[in-house]
Amino acid sequence: MTETLVASLVAIPLLGALLVVASGLVSERGPPVVAAAVLAVQTALAGWVGSRAIVDGSLSNEVGGFVAPYGIELVVDGLSAVVVALVAAVSLAVLAYAVRDDPGGTAFYTEYLLLVTGLSGMCVTADVFNLYVFLEISGLATYALVASAGTGRSAVAALKYLLFGTVAASLYLLGVGYALVATGTLNMAHLAVELARVGYDSPLVLASFGFIVVGLATKTALFPLHTWQPDAYDDSPDSVSALIAALVSTVAAYALLRILYTVYTPAFFEAVPVARDALVAFACVSIVVGSVLAVAQSEVKRMLAYSSVSQYGLVVVGLAIGTRAAVFGAIVHLVGHAIMKGGLFVAAGTIDDLTGATTVDEYAGLADRFPVVGGASAVLMLAMVGVPPAVGFAGKWYIALGAVRAGTWPVAVVVFASTLLTLAYFAILVERMFVAPASASVQATTDGGTDAEGDRPSRPAPALVALIVGAAVVALVLGVAVTDLQTALEPTLDTLLS
Amino acid sequence: MIELIATKYTYLVVVALLAIGAYVMIESDNFVKKIIGLNVFQTGIFVFFISAAFHTAGESPVVQSGGGGGPFVSPLPHVLILTAIVVGVSLTAVALGLVVRIYESYGTINEDTLKEVLAND
Repeated sequence: MTETLVASLVAIPLLGALLVVASGLVSERGPPVVAAAVLAVQTALAGWVGSRAIVDGSLSNEVGGFVAPYGIELVVDGLSAVVVALVAAVSLAVLAYAVRDDPGGTAFYTEYLLLVTGLSGMCVTADVFNLYVFLEISGLATYALVASAGTGRSAVAALKYLLFGTVAASLYLLGVGYALVATGTLNMAHLAVELARVGYDSPLVLASFGFIVVGLATKTALFPLHTWQPDAYDDSPDSVSALIAALVSTVAAYALLRILYTVYTPAFFEAVPVARDALVAFACVSIVVGSVLAVAQSEVKRMLAYSSVSQYGLVVVGLAIGTRAAVFGAIVHLVGHAIMKGGLFVAAGTIDDLTGATTVDEYAGLADRFPVVGGASAVLMLAMVGVPPAVGFAGKWYIALGAVRAGTWPVAVVVFASTLLTLAYFAILVERMFVAPASASVQATTDGGTDAEGDRPSRPAPALVALIVGAAVVALVLGVAVTDLQTALEPTLDTLLS
Repeated sequence: MIELIATKYTYLVVVALLAIGAYVMIESDNFVKKIIGLNVFQTGIFVFFISAAFHTAGESPVVQSGGGGGPFVSPLPHVLILTAIVVGVSLTAVALGLVVRIYESYGTINEDTLKEVLAND
């Protein structure tokens, strides 16, 4: 019974997207309500299926009754359970922001649900070509969502993202082609066996690894393949920035984890140590350069975007090191980053709506005027820096621990340095908000009514405050609950790392 | 060497298509041409899959009653590429839609001109 529900994790948001179109024909108020209902069902379902998968072991469903490895298999194990639940819960939470901020209309909510479809599909699929299809579905939905701001700038950002994203997905497809030529199969578990039989030093296998990693690293936005990402986050509507910053690259990084450990397996890294070293070096550069670029930004949304480049570098370092602690740390940081960055983008959007402040300098004195929003954002920023007991600390701690245990000291140093670098850009922002005298735009809202546009709300909407505070609370609670998560993921990690 | 070229020339086509597509995407400053480059690049990948599926004297994989026959061609790469073509068409449609939006906003589809317009914005 639960097995068949695995397919509905993809089917429900897909059908929901059609329902949204239908409801849009009936009433203008229909689409947001239908989208919320669909995502609530999806969240409940993801929670239920996920908890089953963690308690009873992985669930698999052969789509259409075609037997794996010939047919497409959908699998939910402990890891995909966590990510699919994250996708459902975060998209439901961000929808509460999108209905206020929304660029509107039936098309927006349809694209929103299609994005959830693609991301959920990427989480549960156990077939490398099926992963490509879901990668493109989520890509197409994201390009449309980025452009939904309706401005020329957002169209330019979306086109740039589309060109990068499509080439990335095409490179991934080429890698899949090489693997198919080498082995004749597309099923992930079957590929693991067949690739080992072909031999990890075969040029076909090595080339497929290279293409797939570069493709997914572009989607994850690692330096120097990140150039699409700051524009896409900065120029899209605020609610869309929050959604894609929290989820899209996260799921791409999850796909990279899945490919590395389910398809190529740790034995590949044993046989080809240069692949591991290259990945570690690539990610370390991304950590450092991403942080440095973030420090150099004056726009808050761009700073948050470059910060993501650095944080995903950390995740990939954890994956590449491949010790148990490092991989677990990467998973924790992946989930933690999604929640913290999503919360921070909602906060940045809310502050923009309230005061028009978008740059670091304009944030001056903000905490006096809006203590709750300012305080919760500061908590999220410090959590991202890695102040215990927040989840940012837990993730970085496990990654550093894994690096030390693997004996890769330079990586451990980079991980600790990244904490300082993260502090470098968030400390400026916190200092502005809490210490500096109020900026002109913040001052204007304090005086009330003097604002030129005159249509700004005087206080943040309760739902948005709840969202930002909620993200801060989850970031703290997850940090405390991380040992429980470790226990829950123990069997999955055993399978992945064996 | 000659024999290799004579039998595997489709792979040379793949390399040429990938290179031309990537070059056009990088070098052209016209957005529509960039999208054409993208299409050429993707076509290179399609040809790769189809070439890989080729089998001399391979039959279409329809097993007659009672079995037997063969060798059969694997139908899988063809099916994959049908899907990939559909994906490519949708991407082209979205990309061209975005180019129309850019033209409506800025009156240009030239990357360099657009940069100047955005810098003055």
